[in-house]
Amino acid sequence: MNRLEQEQQHLVTVTLNGVSRSGRAETRTLLSDFLRHELGATGTHVGCEHGVCGACTVRIDGVAARACLTLAVQVDGRRVDTVEGLADRDGMLNDLQQAFRRSHALQCGFCTAGILNSCTDFLERVPMPTEQQVRDMLSGHLCRCTGYTPIVAAVLEVAAARQTQPEETIDA
Amino acid sequence: MKREDPVVAMAQDAPFVGRPLERVEDAALLTGRGRYGDDLGIKPGTLHAAVLRSPHGHAILKGIDTTAAEAARGVRAVLIGEDVRRWSQPFVVGVKEPMEHWSLAVDRVRYVGEPVAVVVAEDRYLAEDAVDLIRVEYEPLPAVVGIETAIAADAPVLHPAVGTNIVSDRSFRYGDPEAAFADAPHRVSLTVHYPRNSCTPLEGGVVIAEHLPGDEGYEVTSNFMGPFSLHAVIALALKVPGARLRHKVPRDSGGSFGVKQSVFPYVVLMCLASRKAGAPVKWVEDRLEHLAGATSATGRLATIEAAVESDGRITALSFDQFDDVGGYLRAPEPATFYRMHGCLTGAYAVRNLRVRNRVVLTNKTPAGLVRGFGGPQVYFALERLVQRISVVLGLDPLDVYRRNFVPPQAFPYRAAAGALLDSGDYPAALALAVREGGFAELQQRRDAARAEGRLYGIGFAAIVEPSISNMGYITTVLTAEQRAKAGPKNGAIASATVSIDLLGSVSVVVASAPAGQGHMTVCAQVVADAFGLRPEQIVTNVDFDTQKDAWSVAAGNYSSRFAGAVAGTVHLAAVKLRDKLARIAAHQFGLAADEIAFAGGKVFPRSAPERAIPFARAASSAHWAPALLPEGETLGLRETVFWSPEPLAAPDAEDHVNTSAAYGFAFDICAVEVDRATGRVRIDRYVTAHDAGKILNPALADGQIRGAFAQGLGAALMEEFRYADDGGFLSGTFADYLVPTTCEVPDPVILHMETPSPFTPLGAKGLGEGNNMSTPACVANAVADALSTLGDISDLRLPLTPAKVMALIGFDDPAPSKPRERAPEPAAAAGGGRALTATGTTEIGASPEAVFRVLLDPAALTKVIPGCHALQPIGENRYRADVTVGVGLVKARYEAEISLSELDPPRSLRLTGAGLSALGSARGSGRVTLEAIPNGTRLSYDYRAEVSGKVAAVGSRMLEGAARVVLGQLFEQLGRQAGGAAPKPVSWWDRLLRLLGVNK
Amino acid sequence: MKPASFEYIRIDSAAEACAQLAEHGEDARILAGGQSLVTVLNMRLAQPQRLLDISRAKALDYVRIDGGKLVIGASATQASVEWRPGLAKEVPLLALAFPNISHFQIRNRGTVCGSVAHADPSAELPLCLALLDGEVVLRSRRGARVLKAGAFFQGMLMTARQPDELVEEVRYPLASPGTGHAFEEFSSRHGDFAIVACAAAVNGDGIRFAVGGVADRPRVVTLPRLAGNALDDALNDFAWELEARDDPHASAAYRRHLVRQIGRRVIEQAGRAIPSAGGH
Ligand SMILES: Cc1cc2nc3c(=O)[nH]c(=O)nc-3n(C[C@H](O)[C@H](O)[C@H](O)COP(=O)(O)OP(=O)(O)OC[C@H]3O[C@@H](n4cnc5c(N)ncnc54)[C@H](O)[C@@H]3O)c2cc1C
Ligand code: FES
Ligand code: FES
Repeated sequence: MNRLEQEQQHLVTVTLNGVSRSGRAETRTLLSDFLRHELGATGTHVGCEHGVCGACTVRIDGVAARACLTLAVQVDGRRVDTVEGLADRDGMLNDLQQAFRRSHALQCGFCTAGILNSCTDFLERVPMPTEQQVRDMLSGHLCRCTGYTPIVAAVLEVAAARQTQPEETIDA
Repeated sequence: MKREDPVVAMAQDAPFVGRPLERVEDAALLTGRGRYGDDLGIKPGTLHAAVLRSPHGHAILKGIDTTAAEAARGVRAVLIGEDVRRWSQPFVVGVKEPMEHWSLAVDRVRYVGEPVAVVVAEDRYLAEDAVDLIRVEYEPLPAVVGIETAIAADAPVLHPAVGTNIVSDRSFRYGDPEAAFADAPHRVSLTVHYPRNSCTPLEGGVVIAEHLPGDEGYEVTSNFMGPFSLHAVIALALKVPGARLRHKVPRDSGGSFGVKQSVFPYVVLMCLASRKAGAPVKWVEDRLEHLAGATSATGRLATIEAAVESDGRITALSFDQFDDVGGYLRAPEPATFYRMHGCLTGAYAVRNLRVRNRVVLTNKTPAGLVRGFGGPQVYFALERLVQRISVVLGLDPLDVYRRNFVPPQAFPYRAAAGALLDSGDYPAALALAVREGGFAELQQRRDAARAEGRLYGIGFAAIVEPSISNMGYITTVLTAEQRAKAGPKNGAIASATVSIDLLGSVSVVVASAPAGQGHMTVCAQVVADAFGLRPEQIVTNVDFDTQKDAWSVAAGNYSSRFAGAVAGTVHLAAVKLRDKLARIAAHQFGLAADEIAFAGGKVFPRSAPERAIPFARAASSAHWAPALLPEGETLGLRETVFWSPEPLAAPDAEDHVNTSAAYGFAFDICAVEVDRATGRVRIDRYVTAHDAGKILNPALADGQIRGAFAQGLGAALMEEFRYADDGGFLSGTFADYLVPTTCEVPDPVILHMETPSPFTPLGAKGLGEGNNMSTPACVANAVADALSTLGDISDLRLPLTPAKVMALIGFDDPAPSKPRERAPEPAAAAGGGRALTATGTTEIGASPEAVFRVLLDPAALTKVIPGCHALQPIGENRYRADVTVGVGLVKARYEAEISLSELDPPRSLRLTGAGLSALGSARGSGRVTLEAIPNGTRLSYDYRAEVSGKVAAVGSRMLEGAARVVLGQLFEQLGRQAGGAAPKPVSWWDRLLRLLGVNK
Repeated sequence: MKPASFEYIRIDSAAEACAQLAEHGEDARILAGGQSLVTVLNMRLAQPQRLLDISRAKALDYVRIDGGKLVIGASATQASVEWRPGLAKEVPLLALAFPNISHFQIRNRGTVCGSVAHADPSAELPLCLALLDGEVVLRSRRGARVLKAGAFFQGMLMTARQPDELVEEVRYPLASPGTGHAFEEFSSRHGDFAIVACAAAVNGDGIRFAVGGVADRPRVVTLPRLAGNALDDALNDFAWELEARDDPHASAAYRRHLVRQIGRRVIEQAGRAIPSAGGH
């Protein structure tokens, strides 16, 4: 058991995109605010703060989840992956990011980080999804710009490409 | 890979305009490195604001107590109406009426969500804590919600000084509509309602404002995106010269769709908050604030009528329109009417036109720019009417279209109300959609479906899509005399700056405030072509600063002005600079300027390409060696061009107005199947054919179309801001304001043709709003066609939710086989109209006298009222109380007043309660009648409750149930207090008893 | 939209949770997946004084088969049940229902027990528990008690749980041979809370049919194997018994209509889904 007082600053340490990072948070500080304003990882966006829009989706211990419905103190000692961790250290976009760019799967880009995180988790669990499965998974994200078609296309394209490149295939 | 000469490779790729290039924006956006308003670094010491908002649709502001808030942890200032009166003035209004609209309510609130106070604190959490501590005394007034009620003679008036809710009433007449209607063999008319909705960008408003020392004014960064004509409105409200209001726009914006225009009142509000706090202040609009208080498309009630020949030719049109602009006429309203005014006759060659426009105030959020702006409302009337004409006259709708289209040879065509339709071939676009969209196949599907008794329909819509608004169109709302006095307004000045630095790299600055439309990419394409460079070599700056960048009245990101106006002006500036460079190079080559060519990153004499010098060298010598410039040449490699479309004149004395510079066209076909069992509309296919002149980047163009289509589909099927009768707002979350997800949006078939505009530099027109205009009407027409086998159904109201469509289809609701006591039938209509009401009876095992005694005894009454801790008498049978109403984990603590009236012991009385909490207000009043029965009392009640503010905005799904729970608790306790015996319930009530049984 | 302050206690076991609940009762709230609770906190519709976070309690994070039931511990996420390879055989109704529950990302965090404890009248997991006559295990310092779903769900967001009790686990009976199941939901969009959700289990003895989204809690009716008009009449009577409510998305009459339409479809589907004898 671990008890944290209210109205106090508590030290929260996470492995953010592979790097150990610490910051201060009150018990009520949302993970989305902690990432953005305490750790400076502003790639995670906030569009509703009630779990519907998906913009804030990050991966907690690899699993896609809403940062706006998670308290910062809940992730102490855990791994958090965000959009900033997708490209390699030289800034080379990963296959999913590249497909998004090629397919014009983003316009304003506000929804994109969350979508990339969901897709990353999902494609590891379902490497060869049907279009309907992709659409179901994406229904947890709102995008007001693209009409979704290019997003679905990009995800399917990446799934197919990973199948033909065995070194990148993740076993189901 | 083969090594190629880079010059050759570059030359092969050119021109870049017209290619579906990848976007230069994306590298940053895909790696989380965008620079949106809330991502920017702020000055240390910047404070954070939270806004207290009205829970009432309409109320007098009687008092405000900020003591507790000011004393709260981390709070540095609380801004109230008094401060706003001291430091600012009301916003200027577009019509000549005595209406005051301040950035904060000063004496009255006129919509749920209207700002009432601003708390400035060390962080947002603390600011919100303090907002809950502000006590406001409201005197609720009857609210005006629907247009029909607002215009009724006895309607409560929002602005007493105006004396009416109709703040503008203008009539227009073009040609001879009376004669045409008198002569016509047929008249077809239709009354339509267009709902309030919005494109709800995913990012909310962000304002970072600082009041500068002394008289320096204000400095603001916000994601307000224009029109920058409103910069003047902001400066006037703040009582500073324009130059003392420095406004910066961040590079990235998380969607706008016109909606971020509504950030401007908050620019003023946060400037004042900063002034009060003596520090910079940042405000980030959250989703609840955005949905309740940002903006909305106008709701419209329109009666449209056509005079029609027997072959379907329309000889005259008449529009009688009311626009619901909400609680205030906020700039640029009433522009929703007038943006479309010149092209009200749509794609049709109709010379006779009659229009009456009335602007109506209601207790709703002020309306403003929403993608499509005016188009969805007009075309929902006009295109539904075309469908009706084909039904009423028994004609093929495609024939009605073909007979009425402006003929291709007639362009540029002056429409009846003054639009100069620049170019197009409407019949060809229709033919393209029919041919490539597979219309014949859809007809077969319809036949097959109908043969099986299924509901399948096909709808069409033809729309003229205006782009690049005439800055003078809004003055059409004034009479010719008023306009003459005020001086003419016209044009639409765009600006662009192109410069070349010492190393020969090119940069572009535009005041276009993009929100995801790829302006940086397109500017790079346009400029690369002018200089014979590659787009990667061009740097575009879109983070616009009113103090440093060139701009004018039309700057900003709206009215689809980018492709036609901004990119065109960029082209003009680039060409101007290139010509200068050509003159300089020509001087060095010893040739005439027109003999110099730019291609493949080189500058060379056309006749002697082998003498080419690298572009960078040609440019750098202009910087390093001014002595080598040809005589009379100006210094520097930077050109700014201001451009305004030539055909945009001010409205003339007869109210003709060319409202926009360019007019694209779209023809849509939609096939739907309606599920007979549920009323659900399924889009089987959607075809949309566009002619937007020259397409600058086809990939971006298709992106715009897909996005607009998804929004249009949302407007057609699910999106609506709902209000209760008392003005309570019911769509406060993304679970209540429904927008389509990937499971609801099919892939439209997109088709293009190009008839370039003669009036824009590159021949381009806007195309990003077309489907917001066409899709709602097209889907409705398809649904109307699908339901046509059931009878003549014409009154289709958006959004076409399954419940509404099912009501149109009609369904049996057979009585149960065993007659049963009716449950208290809650009267709230689907669509959230009325207040919560309930009637019912319950039996109590005590005499009416005993029940009455309980009600009159404060100690007993305390126990009866759910969540009530103590009653404090404040008059005869009047009490003040703290009441905690809880359902499940949700709890709201109300400061309430409770009273008993209309006492007729022991037969009847009225129990009334009204309370206010941080979550909003609640009022209820119920008449209770008691009747003696053999072993007790039959209690009947008739209750009406109104819940507004946050609880209603976010919990509308649960309100009805919650009211029942609370009522249930009340009567249960009443029974217990009166007789000790649990009440014997009737109907739904028995569940509560069972519940008690378990608990005992 | 930021929550008010609260004390935060990370809980590692049922005993710890019960001790805290015994001490603080209504002033403490269990934080499980937070997918309902944190939205409510963000909107400040609830301002509990302390949160008891059970989301990382290993001891409560289990899904196992025991005594003919699928037993799900308080910390087990919906995803951990949904992604069980054998779920479609074990509790086919749950496998059918899961895709309708919110979204992938929400199910990753939301718990099964949390959904049951929350008792949203439109929620799918309570509906399935009611249809299958499953059980809820409530634990407090006073001991543990086991309630049938029918006794546990008491109204809108109301259950028989006392303030000092933890929903320790829920138990879904495994499918019995000879029973077919079906589930269908009508909601505004994919993943939204149901306007009407219907579940049915049909075997040689008769029909169990349940409806969510209409009454203040999931409601179950047991019918003989009716068909045709008799089935329609029975469904209509049941639809009326639910005392449908209106909300901005659907009227009461429309909800009754959907119960009749979807109910019939679901019952027929369940009938067809009965595994053929000796099949597997
Ligand atoms: C966008 C969105 C869409 C959704 N759509 C749906 C949907 O379609 N259908 C649906 O059913 N749900 C839906 N949900 C809700 C979701 O399924 C929740 O996860 C679930 O209802 C609650 O589970 P939780 O673990 O998140 O509980 P929490 O949010 O942590 O808790 C909910 C409540 O239950 C109490 N509680 C939780 N666990 C226990 C326990 N073990 N003992 C005692 N009390 C406990 C808490 O104190 C709290 O009061 C949606 C949520 C979101 C954000
Ligand atoms: S911000 Fe978290 S889901 Fe919208
Ligand atoms: S790209 Fe703008 S919301 Fe998705």
